[in-house]
Amino acid sequence: MTVEDEVEIMGQRLNSRIKNIFGRSLHIREVDAGSCNACEVEVNSLSNPIYDIERFGIHIVASPRHADMLLVTGPVTRNMELALLKTYNATPSPKLVAAMGSCACNGGIFGDTYASGGGVDKFIPVDVYIPGCPPRPQAVIFGIMVAIDKLAQKIKKTEVNP
Amino acid sequence: MNREFTEALKNEFGTNILDAVTSRNETYLTVKKEANVKICDHIYHHLDIPLISIFATDERKKDGCFKVHYVFSIGKGDAFVIIKINIDGKSPRYNSITHKIAAANWYEREIQDMFGLLPVGHPDPRRLVHFEDWPDGVYPLRKDFDIKTKPPRVEGEYVYRRVEGEGVYEIPVGPVHAGVIEPGHFRFSVAGEPIINLEIRHFYTHKGVEKLFENISLDKAVFLAERISGDNSAAHAVAFCQAVERIAGIDIPARAKYIRVVLLELERVYNHLGDIAGIATDVAFAMGAAHANRLKEEILQLNEKVTGSRMLRGMNAIGGVRRDIGDKKDEILLKLSEIQHDFRELIEYLMAIPSLVDRIETTGRIYNDTAKGLHVVGPAARASGIDRDMRRDHAYAAYPEFNFKVPVQKAGDVNARTLVRADEVCESIGLIEQALWSLPDGDIKINIGEIPDGYALGYTEAPRGETLYWVMIENNRIVRCKVRDPSFCNWLAIEYAVLDNIVPDFPIVNKSLSLSYSGNDM
Repeated sequence: MTVEDEVEIMGQRLNSRIKNIFGRSLHIREVDAGSCNACEVEVNSLSNPIYDIERFGIHIVASPRHADMLLVTGPVTRNMELALLKTYNATPSPKLVAAMGSCACNGGIFGDTYASGGGVDKFIPVDVYIPGCPPRPQAVIFGIMVAIDKLAQKIKKTEVNP
Repeated sequence: MNREFTEALKNEFGTNILDAVTSRNETYLTVKKEANVKICDHIYHHLDIPLISIFATDERKKDGCFKVHYVFSIGKGDAFVIIKINIDGKSPRYNSITHKIAAANWYEREIQDMFGLLPVGHPDPRRLVHFEDWPDGVYPLRKDFDIKTKPPRVEGEYVYRRVEGEGVYEIPVGPVHAGVIEPGHFRFSVAGEPIINLEIRHFYTHKGVEKLFENISLDKAVFLAERISGDNSAAHAVAFCQAVERIAGIDIPARAKYIRVVLLELERVYNHLGDIAGIATDVAFAMGAAHANRLKEEILQLNEKVTGSRMLRGMNAIGGVRRDIGDKKDEILLKLSEIQHDFRELIEYLMAIPSLVDRIETTGRIYNDTAKGLHVVGPAARASGIDRDMRRDHAYAAYPEFNFKVPVQKAGDVNARTLVRADEVCESIGLIEQALWSLPDGDIKINIGEIPDGYALGYTEAPRGETLYWVMIENNRIVRCKVRDPSFCNWLAIEYAVLDNIVPDFPIVNKSLSLSYSGNDM
């Protein structure tokens, strides 16, 4: 199967879930909390003509205030900690957080040191972990799909039963 | 070359030079601490040899002192001269050379933050790597600092340069940007549209890489080198491996050298394609960007087919490469010929669009003397008329076997940088073809046992420019690994490039310099 076919199949599934839960589209804000920039290359790849995730209803936005979901990369460095918390607090609830890449999942090779925080979930609650160094674009799309299912559960929990 | 040079310096400075050691193409001259400014100034201005790095080591246990190294690169004759001074731990001060050599600016501030060695007379002695909440007197690269320590956050304030006057206002940008890019802070002082001053503030992504090198085993260190600047993985890994191989005194198999050239050039092609796409995006020419991005994606998919990783990771190892690419030869050649055809068409098309050329011509100009003074490297330097390329001047891997041109432009604007990149893509494809056509038979890796104690430089020409490693090994462990990413040299140039440009052109200027935040901050 070619990359295009893989993306097409996954994208259609993703699109129907986004339609069910969000009505139209899912807005994502990407936050680099100290990654090596390979994850950024892959997030940018998502918007190239091969993957073109916008056609499945995913939009990467400029401000956390417009976002439904934060896609966080990097081990959260000491110097980025405050900026990440501010970004998280600026995102309206209910919100999703995906930790993208090995560093974001648990610190990766940078671990827990004087400068590196050792993973996003030590600082903000994380809904999905997308492993890989860096994860392939297909993996990121899959991760977003898993995150959306979690949001459906989250919304259900907050609904009051009559 | 090295011997003549050492003799000439000895004649000039006599007893100020305490000791001279030469190994391979590196000459280490230990000089009197007080003579550092005089000697560096002489080498830099009188002999016209660029300063490419400054770094410190903590050798208090062995020799009872810190050492500061100034690395100079003699392009003609492939040699490096490293001036060393010893600094007593009890009075950790030495004379700054920044007032003579502007390129020393950030290095000295970095050493001040990481080692606590004070450059006396530095014109801008603010912190660089550490933020205002870092406590005084804590220096991570000193040997008595444990990597797991988490120093408490303290109160403090970072003072920006201020521009005052009627109608002048500031625009702070970052660290979280609007686009998908890395974190860094930019502070523009603007009157109307033109930028009067830009101050950059980085090191948000400082991950303690150099300290980490000292705490992991050698084979894991290759893995770490690949993750210093993600899209320059191969260049970093090769530079690190070459440093260790030089310490061990081993020559890797010819086939491995050829494969390394293929990897390094594939990396250059996809980086340059991405940068050209970025420039098209930033002038709001979406169609050109889409074409360039498609070509980049094709290279990334080719990378994955050939090496198993889109970023060419996991291929390099100390002693050679891990995976043979001989069986994928035809596939690579076919794909590249298609890409080259499409790329030529794309560049012709882009450069014929007046509204695009109008945006990039004369924008973000870095004049030749500025570029030289700051020691700008890579395509940015070559676009400003500096004819330097590590592949030719300090040839490594299999580069001496191949024919290639080093494109140079004079204008120093975004247009010139785009043209340099476009030419380099074609040269790179030519290099890959040459390497694959004449791929020698044999092993791809030799086994190496224990690495003997010693130190050496390793270097490559990454897509962004010269990448430099200096590795010191004792008891098969790294005791110091200095990494100098090209972006560390180029970041300051952007403060000059944007002057008198309008704020909306900043993204194009930034993209055309293609700077890595992570490689810079480490």
